[in-house]
Amino acid sequence: MAEAKPRIRLDKKEVRRGETVDVKTLVSHIMETGLRKDASGKPIPRMIINTFRCELNGKFVFGCDLESAVSANPYFEFKFKPTESGVLKFTWIDDEGVRTEATETITVT
Amino acid sequence: MSRRLNRREALNVGVGAFAAGLASAAGPARALNDYAGEIKKFTGGKTPVEGRVKLELPELAENGNTVPLSVAVDGLAGEGAHVQEILVVAPANPNARVIRFRFSALSVPEASTRIRLAATQDVIAVAKLSDGTFFSASRQIKVTIGGCGG
Amino acid sequence: MSPRLALCAMVLLAIAAGAAGVALAQNGPDRPHWQGHGIKPPDKNFPLPEIVSGYWFRTKETRAIQDDDFNNPGFFAVEQGEQLWSKPDGAAGKSCASCHQDAAASMKGVGAAMPKWSDALHKPVNLEQQINICRSERMQAAPWKFGSAELTAMTAFVRFQSRGLPVAPRVDGPMASWFEKGKQLYYTRNGQLDLACASCHERNYGRNLRADFLSQGQSNGFPVYRLRDQRLVPLHERMEGCIFDVRGIPYAPLSDEFLALELYVAWRGTGLPVETPAVRN
Repeated sequence: MAEAKPRIRLDKKEVRRGETVDVKTLVSHIMETGLRKDASGKPIPRMIINTFRCELNGKFVFGCDLESAVSANPYFEFKFKPTESGVLKFTWIDDEGVRTEATETITVT
Repeated sequence: MSRRLNRREALNVGVGAFAAGLASAAGPARALNDYAGEIKKFTGGKTPVEGRVKLELPELAENGNTVPLSVAVDGLAGEGAHVQEILVVAPANPNARVIRFRFSALSVPEASTRIRLAATQDVIAVAKLSDGTFFSASRQIKVTIGGCGG
Repeated sequence: MSPRLALCAMVLLAIAAGAAGVALAQNGPDRPHWQGHGIKPPDKNFPLPEIVSGYWFRTKETRAIQDDDFNNPGFFAVEQGEQLWSKPDGAAGKSCASCHQDAAASMKGVGAAMPKWSDALHKPVNLEQQINICRSERMQAAPWKFGSAELTAMTAFVRFQSRGLPVAPRVDGPMASWFEKGKQLYYTRNGQLDLACASCHERNYGRNLRADFLSQGQSNGFPVYRLRDQRLVPLHERMEGCIFDVRGIPYAPLSDEFLALELYVAWRGTGLPVETPAVRN
């Protein structure tokens, strides 16, 4: 799956209750559609990241179910209003079930 | 994307592209997929109400392989209902489903990503709210194929 | 042959017969924002009235991806290059860092001046070649194949150290004959479509070639992240593609022809800021 470290950017890591955090994520992945053929005409099998999840202290915040129409090196931007401090966990799962994970901490005052 | 075609294959590709171009003058460049069926599955048969969903796409794709897309749902402040999911479908792609965003009660109902579009089409976004209602928006985007960019 | 196919063949022949003016839409610019963003050529004999980076010919959405280093997927390769920089490889047990230490200091300006003259080889060498010369001669490591992820990543990482610096290749002295060769190639029509680099990139930049909005074909951003390929593409691969697209037989990457062209094209971009890793269509 992805070899490079996923990129995560939070516009702020310390927020007051009610404020919005903007999150950007970028992960390196070819997102092979399954529609291409190699030089000898054989179909190249699909291999994509099909799931992205973001959780705060184990509770679901935001996610996507990806199809092969998502571009290579999937990019997501989303916003949320955290209600507690803790660990933001990001998980990407590919068609073989391989998981890539990354975490960030945020503080809510 | 393999580029190592021999001369004859390259000519065939070129002629095919011209033929496809001529065909497109007479109608859609591609047959449409079952996007309507996918929307029905998502809504459980309900017809979404047009509105409230903001779908942003460039008017013209720089390249169909990497097209920035944003979705947002307006006007929910203080209503009690929140957005649960937004489904994006592309009627002229090989497969209708593009992405399904999932939101929580903590979410601001907005998301951005980059997608692949095979041809000029009206991309559709359908939002599911926690009160069982569905809203949609569609946006035409021109996707061109051909010219020396490939 | 079906009537439609016959029509296609006739259209193809019409273009191939040199009716390049028909194929190039003379509609005027539909992306006027590129105008006014050129820099002045170094002298009045320069072949372009203004020198404009390919950045300005792309849509605002594409430019936005390049403007944000976080958002630019080309940086995955730059990071990979950074990792490879410090990784020992080859029988000598050295890494790039063993000799060159901090790339930000030692490689600053290097990418902006490529290709450069090699006394040892009596010809110009570009960045990919210099990387492989270091690998085989100093590190006793196997050279990386052209187009490999490693070579493209390292080329991008090294050239990135020159980002913002003006493109400034030397074209005098021993480089002069290679410069002339590159110039000759630039203006020579090629392939079944009978187009030269200049046909599009000098005479028709700012116009549409079918679905493509033509730039000046500058090289200041290479290796570039192409939206089409969704990966970094090195310069010689792109030039190979251009010749393929006019239905010619491309020169090989790292061939003398492409080296001469790389030198000449770099000169045509004199003064443009290095933008590696740029984002293009």
